[in-house]
Amino acid sequence: MQRCRLPMGGVVDRSQSVPFEFDGVSYEGYAGDTLASALLANGVHLVARSFKYHRPRGIVCAGVDEPNALVQLGRGARSEPNVRATTQELYAGLRAASQNRWPSLSFDVGAINDAMSRFIPAGFYYKTFMWPPSPKWWLRYEHVIRRVAGMGVTASLPDPDSYEHQYAHCDVLVIGAGPAGLAAARSAAHAGARVIVCDENPMLGGGLYGAAATIGDTTASAWLQATTRELAAHDNVTLLPRTTAFGCYDGNLIGLIERVAGHPPEAAATGSSDSARQDGPVSNWMPRERLWKVRARSVVLATGAHERGIAYANNDLPGTMLAGALRTYIDRYAVRPGTRAVVFANNDQAYAAAFSLQRAGIEVAAIVDPRGGAALDGALPLAARDNVIPILARSVITGAHGRLHVTAVDVAPLAGGVGRRIECDLVALSGGWNPAVHLFSQARGKLRYDEALATFVPDHCPAAMTVAGAANGSADLSTALHEGHAAGIAAAAQVGFAATASLQTPEAAPVASGAPLALWSTAPVVEGAKRFVDWQNDVTVDDVALAAREGYSSVEHLKRYTTLGMGTDQGKISNVVGLALLAGELERPIASVGTTTFRPPYTPVTLGAFPGHDAGPHVEPSRFSSIHDWHVAHGARFVNAGLWKRPHSYPRKGESADDAALREARNVRTNVGIVDVSTLGKIELQGGDVAEFLNRVYINRWDTLQVGRCRYGVMLRDDGIVLDDGTTSRLASSHYLLTTTTVNAVRILQYLESLLQTEWPELDVCVTSVTEQWSAAALAGPRARDVLAKIVDLDVSNAAFPFLAVARCQVRTATGPVEARVFRMSYSGELAYEIHVPAHKGRAMWNAAIAAGADCGIMAYGTEAMSTLRIEKGHIVVGAEADGRTTAHDLGLGELVSRAKPCIGQRLAGRPALNSTDRWQLVGLTTLGDPMPRAAKIVADPDRAAPNPMLGHVTSWCRSPNLDAWIALALLENGRARHGQTLWAVSPLASVRVQVRVVPPCFIDPEGERLRG
Amino acid sequence: MLLIPCPWCGPRSQIEFTYGGDATVRRPALDAPEDEWARYVYVRDNPMGPHDEWWTHSSGCRQWFVVRRDTRTHEILGANRP
Repeated sequence: MQRCRLPMGGVVDRSQSVPFEFDGVSYEGYAGDTLASALLANGVHLVARSFKYHRPRGIVCAGVDEPNALVQLGRGARSEPNVRATTQELYAGLRAASQNRWPSLSFDVGAINDAMSRFIPAGFYYKTFMWPPSPKWWLRYEHVIRRVAGMGVTASLPDPDSYEHQYAHCDVLVIGAGPAGLAAARSAAHAGARVIVCDENPMLGGGLYGAAATIGDTTASAWLQATTRELAAHDNVTLLPRTTAFGCYDGNLIGLIERVAGHPPEAAATGSSDSARQDGPVSNWMPRERLWKVRARSVVLATGAHERGIAYANNDLPGTMLAGALRTYIDRYAVRPGTRAVVFANNDQAYAAAFSLQRAGIEVAAIVDPRGGAALDGALPLAARDNVIPILARSVITGAHGRLHVTAVDVAPLAGGVGRRIECDLVALSGGWNPAVHLFSQARGKLRYDEALATFVPDHCPAAMTVAGAANGSADLSTALHEGHAAGIAAAAQVGFAATASLQTPEAAPVASGAPLALWSTAPVVEGAKRFVDWQNDVTVDDVALAAREGYSSVEHLKRYTTLGMGTDQGKISNVVGLALLAGELERPIASVGTTTFRPPYTPVTLGAFPGHDAGPHVEPSRFSSIHDWHVAHGARFVNAGLWKRPHSYPRKGESADDAALREARNVRTNVGIVDVSTLGKIELQGGDVAEFLNRVYINRWDTLQVGRCRYGVMLRDDGIVLDDGTTSRLASSHYLLTTTTVNAVRILQYLESLLQTEWPELDVCVTSVTEQWSAAALAGPRARDVLAKIVDLDVSNAAFPFLAVARCQVRTATGPVEARVFRMSYSGELAYEIHVPAHKGRAMWNAAIAAGADCGIMAYGTEAMSTLRIEKGHIVVGAEADGRTTAHDLGLGELVSRAKPCIGQRLAGRPALNSTDRWQLVGLTTLGDPMPRAAKIVADPDRAAPNPMLGHVTSWCRSPNLDAWIALALLENGRARHGQTLWAVSPLASVRVQVRVVPPCFIDPEGERLRG
Repeated sequence: MLLIPCPWCGPRSQIEFTYGGDATVRRPALDAPEDEWARYVYVRDNPMGPHDEWWTHSSGCRQWFVVRRDTRTHEILGANRP
């Protein structure tokens, strides 16, 4: 059945047979397999076609570093491209398909690219597709290129899964649960620290998992089981398998992504073939993934190391694997991936693969090693000789042969000369090991190129971070355990934890190793044969040479010009080889070329994990007035004002929203309207120096404001530009209420607090926001007094309660009297009152006003009518007229500026440029009947050829139902001197032009008689 | 995501705070001459290294304080009440 599965050994669960499908063919694997190990167990090597040349590709690695074996997984909304077969856990009913090939893997039309490769080297697209020179042609090329680019296909349906966020704090975060990480976690936990351990794999142990090694006097697997049990028994240890640490951020904030569902269930299978479950999470209520934001006081990086390749001709044929990965497939997954193997390695560690091969019954035809002499006196080469494995010293592979699978390799002396051909169906390749320093570098750790190890190792650690084990360049198991143990003790001690009783260090027998010999590529026998550096992006040794020849001498330019290291594997097995080849081309030391910048994420993270539950309608919070339900019940159409939901208008049956707004605005000026203004910013100020404080922040005077009165005020920025406006009331001698625009409320409060805390702490003033504590409604219109009189216990005659008066009173509601503040101020220009009640009484107050106004023709109005009314009166709005460029003088508010006292912004507002006559000033515009164009600009002659001088622009416009005309407020150059002129309002984007007349910016009741009546 | 030591609440994540600009400059007197105000509004040093800046604990105690942060490494060197 699984024709390449070894009869025993490995950690797969042979009692559970797992059916799956690849490219439409059914296979079986075991529980504990990855898709890659299961495919290999079934003798499947060919799994992909390469990105550019469409060359046949097989499985190269056994983990996240895999460049080739990317598959399309799943169906429908859960379909996912570019899934690594080497990390995808096998589950029953898994359906995967190969990518980037048509019509099939074994016969792919795209392979013609390989034959045409002369014309498409690295960076070819910078020099092509430029003729014919018209953009029309480029768009045609782009259409075709887009179809052939990329590898997998994304789902086109919304992601049906949910994702959670989790915040955590700990004393020591151990990243990586291999031997070094487990030793560190063990010693840190023993010292009493809170420890979190995470590992990207489903099972802890790293390289030890399923390996044939000894620790102390037990096997590696026994030690792993015991240590895992020991850690799980600690209250202060959190174990997180299937959890990748993807990024290191400031202050030791580490991002982890935990795969919660979407892999086979831990418990015994239920036995049902639930097809909905096969492509997705195990159960509907579990999140697919959980994003952890961990703030760790100290971090131990035990992230291990990645093996790298050597670039020889046709090193990409299926059957070519990294030596460590081959060991893993044989020892951990009990797979026999071939019958006759050649090992090509420049280091001792790879010799262990030869022993695994032998144990699996695979003939090792030769170990090809460029080293010779004393370098081969290490324990592993000696053992190879004892096992009668032929070693070809001072030799290299110069090329491989085969079409869909490797069939033979050419071996020649390193120094050159005649070689020979060795038949094989498996190549175990190892160019050395690169410590996984991604997270270390993100945390601003500095690297150093170690000539003896021929790799980059951590040099200068950032504070509160330690590196241990293979990540530190210490691949030997004994050293890794010691370093991990010490790192755990040091990390715990750094944050104040030390064990009283000492803990024994785990011991393994150290292995004497010969030094590796740096080897990045070998010369091909046939010129032009492709020697791959980056498998995923089809980058060859010749491409690196091309980049150097064309002047790309920086490693960052090499990366972007050739795309080396830019694929989904981010060049984990390729980057160092590439930069070393560049160093060779430039004849510079490798240390001076350096690595490219490491950026998160370390491996791809599902986009949905970042917003988590804050997606869709929950991207931002929604804020509602306490009167919201009434608006909903009466058909309101809503708009967003910041985070608040406010009624735009209340369309009746058969009425559009715009018609409703016109009706509402007309009704305010003829009868009475009521609008919910609860969302406006309200800030209370109390203290003996409030008037002095207001004098300093507002342009006008406040020490003259009496108790029981309110006043309109304008604030300036430090540079003299208008910041905000609002009405401030004096409720008692040391008690004031300041209002701001809805969207500015938070910012203005923060501004006032900063002034009081950092500039003028000597002032006796306290401020607090009361926006949410009060609901408010405005009654506006000629009959507003009639309505108000019915519901408050206040004398609201004009003499007793004049314009700008403020009073405390009670409102009569259906549930009893409610304390209230009433302000006689007007945004609409009509006789108007604002009624403020405690927030939870808002609805009761509103109901009372509606009932009282029934026989006065009261109508609720929304923000659209409110906007129409204020445009008719020429009231400015922050964001439209006060747009961050206009001064009080521009807006016609210059006479509000008090000369009697200075205020913020006043000095710079006096600059000549802010007071010149050609500044754009606030004016009104009317059309001769045509609608006002949207976002119109003002010109003198619309037919004048470009550049046509722009004299101004429209800031707000509307159809005025009360004037039966289209009107606008605009900023116009020297506007106040142009009243009566006729100009043009144009919208070039809409090809619209309309004649307009310049008028004073107040269209209704300029004397304010209605306000004061 | 900086860890900012609020002098009142202790170390908290950056997300709880709002940045408030350069703390090495102070507003002149309101009636000071124009060139003093222009210098305050428009002129800033841009040091590479430790820099004093205002932060407010907007999602917490709402107090303003001065943080010394290294503009190159983002290391927080200390925080003081104004």
